[in-house]
Formats: sequence, C-alpha cells, structure tokens
Amino acid sequence: MSTLSSKIGAVFNEPGCEINAAKSDKARKKGCTKQLAPGAAAGGCAFDGAKIALQPITDVAHLVHGPIACEGNSWDNRGTMSSGPQLYRTSFTTDMNENDVVFGGEKRLYKSIKEIIEKYDPPAVFVYQTCVPAMIGDDLNAVCKAASEKFGKPVISVMSPGFVGPKNLGNKLAGEALLDHVIGTEEPDDTTPYDLNIIGEYNLSGELWQVKPLLDEMGVRILSCISGDARYHEVARSHRARAAMMVCSKAMINIARKMEERYAIPFFEGSFYGIGDTSDSLRQIAKLLVARGAPAELIERAESVIRREEARAWEELEPYKARLAGKRVLLITGGVKSWSVVAALQAVGLDIVGTSVKKSTQEDKERIKEIMGGDAHMIDDMTPREMYKMLKEARADIMLSGGRSQFVALKAKMPWLDINQERHHAYAGYAGMTALVREIEKALYNPIWDQVRKPAPWAMPLVSVA
Amino acid sequence: MATVVASRKACTVNPLKMSQPIGGALAFMGIRCCMPLLHGSQGCTSFGLVLFVRHFRESIPLQTTAMSEVATVLGGFENVEAAIVNIAKRTKPEIIGICSTGVTEVKGDDVDAFIRLIRANHPELAHIGLVYVSTPDFKGAFQDGWSNAVVQLVEQLVEPVSQGRRMLRNPRQLNVLPGSHLTPGDLEELREIIEAFGLQPLFLPDLSGSLDGHIPEDFTPTTLGGISLAEIARLGASAHTIAVGEQMRPAASVMEERTGVPFTVFDRLTGLAPNDDLIGLLASLSGQPVPAKYRRQRSQLVDAMLDGHFHFGGKKIAIGAEPDLLWSMAAFLTEMGGHINAAVTTTTSVVLARVQTGEVLIGDLEDLESRSAGCDLLITHSHGRQTAGRLHIPFYRMGFPMFDRLGAAHRVSVGYRGTRDLIFDIGNVFMAEAHQAAPDTWRRSEEAAPEYAVPRVSVPQELVMLTELI
Repeated sequence: MSTLSSKIGAVFNEPGCEINAAKSDKARKKGCTKQLAPGAAAGGCAFDGAKIALQPITDVAHLVHGPIACEGNSWDNRGTMSSGPQLYRTSFTTDMNENDVVFGGEKRLYKSIKEIIEKYDPPAVFVYQTCVPAMIGDDLNAVCKAASEKFGKPVISVMSPGFVGPKNLGNKLAGEALLDHVIGTEEPDDTTPYDLNIIGEYNLSGELWQVKPLLDEMGVRILSCISGDARYHEVARSHRARAAMMVCSKAMINIARKMEERYAIPFFEGSFYGIGDTSDSLRQIAKLLVARGAPAELIERAESVIRREEARAWEELEPYKARLAGKRVLLITGGVKSWSVVAALQAVGLDIVGTSVKKSTQEDKERIKEIMGGDAHMIDDMTPREMYKMLKEARADIMLSGGRSQFVALKAKMPWLDINQERHHAYAGYAGMTALVREIEKALYNPIWDQVRKPAPWAMPLVSVA
Repeated sequence: MATVVASRKACTVNPLKMSQPIGGALAFMGIRCCMPLLHGSQGCTSFGLVLFVRHFRESIPLQTTAMSEVATVLGGFENVEAAIVNIAKRTKPEIIGICSTGVTEVKGDDVDAFIRLIRANHPELAHIGLVYVSTPDFKGAFQDGWSNAVVQLVEQLVEPVSQGRRMLRNPRQLNVLPGSHLTPGDLEELREIIEAFGLQPLFLPDLSGSLDGHIPEDFTPTTLGGISLAEIARLGASAHTIAVGEQMRPAASVMEERTGVPFTVFDRLTGLAPNDDLIGLLASLSGQPVPAKYRRQRSQLVDAMLDGHFHFGGKKIAIGAEPDLLWSMAAFLTEMGGHINAAVTTTTSVVLARVQTGEVLIGDLEDLESRSAGCDLLITHSHGRQTAGRLHIPFYRMGFPMFDRLGAAHRVSVGYRGTRDLIFDIGNVFMAEAHQAAPDTWRRSEEAAPEYAVPRVSVPQELVMLTELI
C-alpha cells in the first residue's frame, strides 16, 4: 500500500489546484476533504469515483476485483454514451467468495483477465482495486504486470479502493492510472495543429456531442476526450495534442497539469454550461491552438461560430421569457454549475433565490457574487429538511438539483429538475442551454401541479346531494 | 428434478446477483421509523442507495459507518458508535438496523459486542432499538441478506413466550413473513385477502407501508412506514405464521421456537394450486366461509388460464432470478404449458432442484445469455435489457432491480388476481411476437420446386373478341 499512500499524498499536494496552493503545509497534509462523519455521510467512495472517470473509455473491459457488492450493486447505472463500442457497458467482476478472502484473490483475478481477453479481445483491460482485496493484500500491480506480459495486452491497474476516500479522490487516482500506464504509450498516425484534448468530460447523456459539431466546424480535432466516448488508443496517443481544455472543475486537474509538465500541452479550465461560458471556452481553445502554431484564422472561425450560435440561442430563449419571468429557482448543485448556468437562467427572467456553494471554490463564489450581485443567496449546507420546508412554504417555484434530493421536492409537490450526473437530458453548449430552459418551462407548467395539490375529498366540507 | 450446478468461470460477467448487506438493509426498510446502517466504507451504502432509489423512485433512508482505510486497520468500534450517536441526533429513529459488509467481516468486527458497549456508554439511547445482522458481501446473495435480517429481527425483537406458560393468544392475529421477492403491491394484495377473512395480518418486514410510494404529511428522514417495534414485540401472540418463500422458513421456525406460533411455508403464491392452499388455510384459521369476492376471482383466474394457455403452450423460456422468484415463476410458467429452457440463479436453495428443467445454474447473465438463444421469452431484472437486445428476444422484467420501468413497487403477482394479471401481461408479450404466416413459411429449402422444362407458349398481343369468331 506504500505506493498507493504516496499517490494519495501526491494527489493531495496537487499544485495545480488553487485550494491546495492556498493551504498551509500542515492543512494540505490532511487532504482535500473533511473527514467523513459516520452516520451522516453521503456520496460515493474512491472506487466509485475511479469508475466514473474511466468507464467512459468505451472499448476496454472494466474488471472490478472485489466481492459482488462493488460491481453487482452498481453496474449499468451511468448515462455515459458511446458512438461505437459497447464493451464498456458489459460488467466484469471477480465476485470474490469466502475462499478467495481466505486464500487470496490473485489467482482468480489472473484467470479472470485471461477469460476476458479470450472471450472479448479488448484493446486493454482496466482492473479496479476495491477494499477487501486491498485489505487481504492482493498485489494488483503484480498480477496486472504478469497478465500484461503473458497476454501481450495492456492490463492497467487502477488503485483506488473505496475506503481511501470520497469520489473526488477516486477521480484523481483514476487520472494517475492513466498518467502512469496509458497516456504517451502509443504514437498517433498523424497530428495536426488543431489537435485538442478535452479532459474531465464524460459524455453524460451525449453532452460531448452537443459541442463536438461546433469544434468540427471550427476545424478543431478532438485528439482525445478523457474520457467521454473515448477509445483506448486515443487516450494512449493523447500526449501529442497541442492544447487541452479541462472541464468539470477540478476532477482531473492532475491529468491536465501533468500533461502540461511532461508534454508541454498548455491547458485552460473552461465549461460548456451556459451560453457565455461556452463562447469563452471556444475562444480560449482557438487562442491556445493559435498560440501553439495553428493558423490565426482559427480565431475568426471561432468568432463566426460563436456569433451565429449565440444569436440563435438567444432567439430560441426569447419565447420563454414571458412564461418564466419572476419564477423562483433554488439551485442545489456544485462547483462550476453553481454559477455557469445562472447567467442564462437570469437572462430569461428566472429569479435565483439560492445557489449552493458546498462544493464550490473561493473563485466560484466570487463569480456568483459578480453575476448575482450583492444579494446573492449562497447556501453553504442545506439539510433535506430545510429544502423541504423552503419548497413546502413556496419560497421557491422549482428546485434544480441532483437525484438525491429529487424526492424532497416531489414529496413537497413542487417541480424539480435533475441537473446532475444521473440526468437523462443533455445540457451542454448552446443547444443544451435552450434544452435546460425548455425543461424548466415544461416542469413549471405541467398541468399536474394544480391537481396534486388539491385536497382529498374527505378533507373538504361535505356537499349536500339533495 | 433439476441438477443444481455452480458456474466454473473465474470472472463474473454481467452479474445477476446483488450483495447480502443491501438485502438486509431492504428488510430493515420495512420497519417504521427505522434507519438502516451499513457498517463499511461509504461506497457500500452509496451504491445500494442509488440502486433502491432507481427501483422504488423514493427517498431511501440508508446510512454508513464511513470506514476509512485507517479505521479499517485500527478499529471499527468508534465508527459504529459515532454513527449511532449521529443518526440518533439527526434523524431520531426508533430503531437502527445494522448490516456488516465485506470490509468489516474480513476485519472481524464483533458488532454484537460493540452494541453492548454502546448500550453501556449511552444510556440516553436506551429507547432506540439496535439490531445487528452479519451479511458479508463475499457470501450468499441479496435474498440471503433479507432472510438473515428477518431471523435477527425475530430473535432480537419478538417477545419470547416460554414453554408451558399460558399465553394469551389473539386467534385473529396472523403473522406474515414475506420473502424479498414480494413487492409492496404483493403485500397489499395479501393484506386484503387475509383481512377479508376477518383476520388481522402483521407483516414482518412490511414494505407496503414504507416503499409503496405515498406522500407523507411532513418530511421524514427515516422510513415512512412499516411495522412498528411494538407490533413486532407482540408477534408471539399470533395464532399462526405464514411464510412466503423458502427463504423465510428459518425466520418462521425461529418464531415458533421462541413463541410456539405454528407456521406454514408457502414456497410460492403465484398460480392456482398454491392460492387454493392459502384460501383453504385462511378459511380454516378464521372459521369463515370464503368471501364471494375470492370465489369470483378464482373463477376469473381459471378463465384467464383457459384463454391464456394457447399462448403459453410450448413456449421456450429463459429465467434469471433469485431462488424463490425463479421457483415461483418457473412453476407457474410450467403449469401454463411453457418450457424452462434456461434457469440461472444467484445462491443455493432447496427449491432449485424442484424446477422442471435440466439444470439450474448458479451464475450470471452471461451464462443466461449463452443459454437463451432461440428462446421465446427472457425473464429477469432490468440488467437483462442488454442481453435481450443482443438476442432479439422479448424481455419481461421481473425482480429487483427494475430501474427502467415505472411502478416496480406495484407489480402484483400473488393471489388469484395477481396470477390472472400476470397471465395477461406475459401472454400479451407472446401475442405481440406472434409470427404472421408468409408464402414461404411452410416451404422447406430442400424441397424447393425443381426447374422442369415446361414449354411456354406466348399469348398473341391482340385480343380476339370471342363474338367475332362466332
């Protein structure tokens, strides 16, 4: 476990993360997240985070080494989309039994890798460590190395057992696995001055595809998206990109920063949520690529795409203004989304009565103040009971949040919209923003609300039938 | 009749099985004001929670002792204690149901001893019930976790009735111990049937009060309903116990040992014969005639069997389900004239050998897929959707989880009425797939008409009017 703990230490020391940079040495050692409170914790483990980050690589076999819980209880639950291979949706696990726990699970793991390669012949096998084999001392690295040599195929160990920390740490440990074993291990057939990496975009509900046509039009080639709709060989060759965009806040900052360090690929942090942010991101992509030698006309091409798309998006939002003006939104999400969608929601007349900042950085908070003005209502930590009360008392007309708090709103008989990772709609880019506003309108104006709030007949005064 | 074999593969592909701890947690969710707690890393809870939310479309009370790597090495007591104290403070439950996981079982935590120590340290928590069940992830399956949790509930919460002591029994009170394969809708159906005989059923666990999707008056962080602790305590005063599914036999027999309440196990309640047995038992327990409603429902079921048998007869069916559900469905489908061509399950059980098929495999959905080609129907939980898609055969969802359909909690397949509707549901799937006859349907390739040299005479272009010839 010494290598694992040093990895975790390195991740906690990430200099690219400004939260870390602002901390004292002592505070940094303690790690990124507050110690979890038993009996009052919510959220996934590090293994969950690693799987979320890597499963979008669509053509590899993802093998989970552990008892049935880790994979059997969780597979087929993420909406990441593929334009081709479907192997990533097939679930593989060693399903360790009592014997494996007593005698060690290494043999079963090795045989499992062999079976997978014989039956499915993927370009690579990713093997995920979990708590039980980590405890009994199964040497995942050694088994993967041996299997890789024996079968002549990359077998990648992902060292992120659940008990080392939360989901966010797992994202980063997954990044380390790619940096150690995948990125830079192959060379692309050709390169162009327009080659871009997108890091931290998982193509949930196909969101990458809301943006890719715009990049195509600009002439930008996505050399690799890490890891939405990715192929193994693309990721292995991603070190030849000219520039990179890092999305989804800090989840994979270690990949972006280390690729800059190792392969001199400059990156910027951007977002495809919100109209202004999408435009900024497209501009930055053009600027970075031009700075790395792409023809200067790329900037004008980006501007022309932005002009057209922005005009179209605002035009599409126009009809919603009258229906949405003054409706109050409670926004419970994290990080970038706590401000990046706010501008567009405000532009159609929605009133943001609160936005959560639990998972936001200081920078995020500054942006919220900038956008929402001095009266920005930032919510640090809201219990489900408080959310319920706020909705029940009709201090908000709709809540936008993740699936966890869905029933808080619905049981209060209030409209709710999913904007986190389990959602079924794609909200990225310009098309995504109009989709989001359309969904809000649909939710607010659904005819059920008046009906479900009507009292039951026995709660009303009796009517005479005479 | 079937041989039961275990898959010999090293790698499980597309698991059918889910783990014991979440089966145990679901059982605890059938108790009023309860907070189930998994003693393990936070992921154990998070995965289970998401799965239940997707299936029931409800808020799910489920907490974690949040074992970190360090806690796993150095001790688990502090985490269990902190979790109980925090839950008591934040959600004010009447009972906390604790399940172990793989991590804490490997570590060897003696949670029963932890609880004794916590009881001693925290007299202020004396009013909260604490029930612990051992549910290692690396043994058994979902159904076993449920079954083990109910045994512990009976052992730890039902007031014992000592031998020889006279006990005031309530001749109208009836215990029902439902297996994990019964839905809240199934429980509601059974309640209605039992109450129609003037009996008062108490379900342990009772998901029909907690996960039936109702709107509570106010925000509730624990379970929304279910059987109360006081009701569980007096299960020993019942006249009889009905257990549904072989998985509930251990709990029923522990109940009998502790309280002397005799029991009947129904290994299934789908199909005509087992429901005749149930109605017969209820009539004799209550001393009441069978209500007219059930006489009509039986007649309707018989009619549905007559109408439906055309569509079920000779059909080849593949089923992947936990033992009790597999047995229940296989028996019902066989009785309707279908053939079980493939049967895959998750864990061992005495019912498996009874299935009318060659072999029952303890395996995964990859095994089921490789055995299902050419079948007319695939029955398993929602994870079978990819398999059915690849095989291009109709798919009927059954069991847990069912995350890609609405109303999973309200699907009813017990009783005369539930069986009747199941015949309609599955029969309609067969009808929708019925093959239309085509010109070549009955032509065999080896009998293709040979090319005979037939002289062909061309017809003159101009038509000759018959009248002109006359």
